Amino acid sequence: MPSLKEVRTRIDSVNSTKQITSAMKMVSASKLRRAQNAILTMRPYAAKLQELMQNITATLEGSAEDKYAEVRPAQKILLVPVTSNRGLCGAFNANVTRATTKLIQEKFKEQYDNGNLKLFCVGKKGEEFFRNRKYPVIGFETDVFDHLTFLSVVPLAQQFMDLFESKTYDRIYFVYNQFKNAGTQVLIHEQFLPIELPDIKEENKWQSTEYIFEPGQEEILEELIPKTLKTQVYKVLLDSFASEHGARMIAMHKATDNATELLKALKLSYNKARQAAITKEILEIVGGANALDR
Amino acid sequence: MKLEIITPEKTIYSGEVEMVQLPGIDGLFAILNNHAPMIAALGKGRVKIRRGEKKIEFFEISGGILEVLKNKVLVLAE
Repeated sequence: MPSLKEVRTRIDSVNSTKQITSAMKMVSASKLRRAQNAILTMRPYAAKLQELMQNITATLEGSAEDKYAEVRPAQKILLVPVTSNRGLCGAFNANVTRATTKLIQEKFKEQYDNGNLKLFCVGKKGEEFFRNRKYPVIGFETDVFDHLTFLSVVPLAQQFMDLFESKTYDRIYFVYNQFKNAGTQVLIHEQFLPIELPDIKEENKWQSTEYIFEPGQEEILEELIPKTLKTQVYKVLLDSFASEHGARMIAMHKATDNATELLKALKLSYNKARQAAITKEILEIVGGANALDR
Repeated sequence: MKLEIITPEKTIYSGEVEMVQLPGIDGLFAILNNHAPMIAALGKGRVKIRRGEKKIEFFEISGGILEVLKNKVLVLAE
């Protein structure tokens, strides 16, 4: 039986842990809501871009070509695992790092062995993981989540686009948690560059509206493609951000529940110890009184 | 005609307008009611909106895409 004082200290410490976890849960819940709203407002924009893209490639004479759509043999690969800057969010980061290493071993083994596979980490956790394991990390970005806006994402997107355009890399992939709802994140990897232009079948061509193009289709496409790419990076980061907070919210909720359970058990053993102490004291008094009587 | 100006983050403007003037890549142009379907690339500059007499508003954009379809003008700004 632990002493009264021991149990009391234990209760205090569990209590303060519980306060922290429930506070973290609240913070994540509010951040999650913000991220969710941002995803919702971005959706019509992304959908419209996609639609315009289809419209233009459909009316374009011949096939669409662009510097960002150039398909080269996949020799030099850049993987971009998107993790969070902080832990305490369940398996969120572990899932990303595990999927990335799996991808390297299964799909890009050859390029990795030749030293042609590099990593660019978004988020501190991924960077620490891959650096510790001596993976070739060429760069990292950790500040973007502090204030996630479209404009703050643009330089990052531009960096990837430049790397592709200068033929430093032939393929760029994102590995990240896609946001489904607060409870579920789906881990996916998707090709960022080269961009896959929508393929329009002949029979669909006549369906599209006759647009006037100003200045011309190629020029508009040139404007449209970088925009689509930037929006995609923004979407990936938003998804990851929302997933992170969803995952943290769930993890912290569970931790709070566990703390409550623990407290219940501790309270019981505290009361037992208290009861035992009282009984012992009474026994001592009675014993003392009996000794005096004799 | 209906005008909507949206960015990835928010809707900047949404409502009925009489005229909208936009910074095209090759220079300024304006769109009035019942314009033919059009897609245009926009440069950096100022969007001017006129609603009725003397009601003029301005928005700064740093590039974007414009779509006109069925008397609805949509600006995807940045």
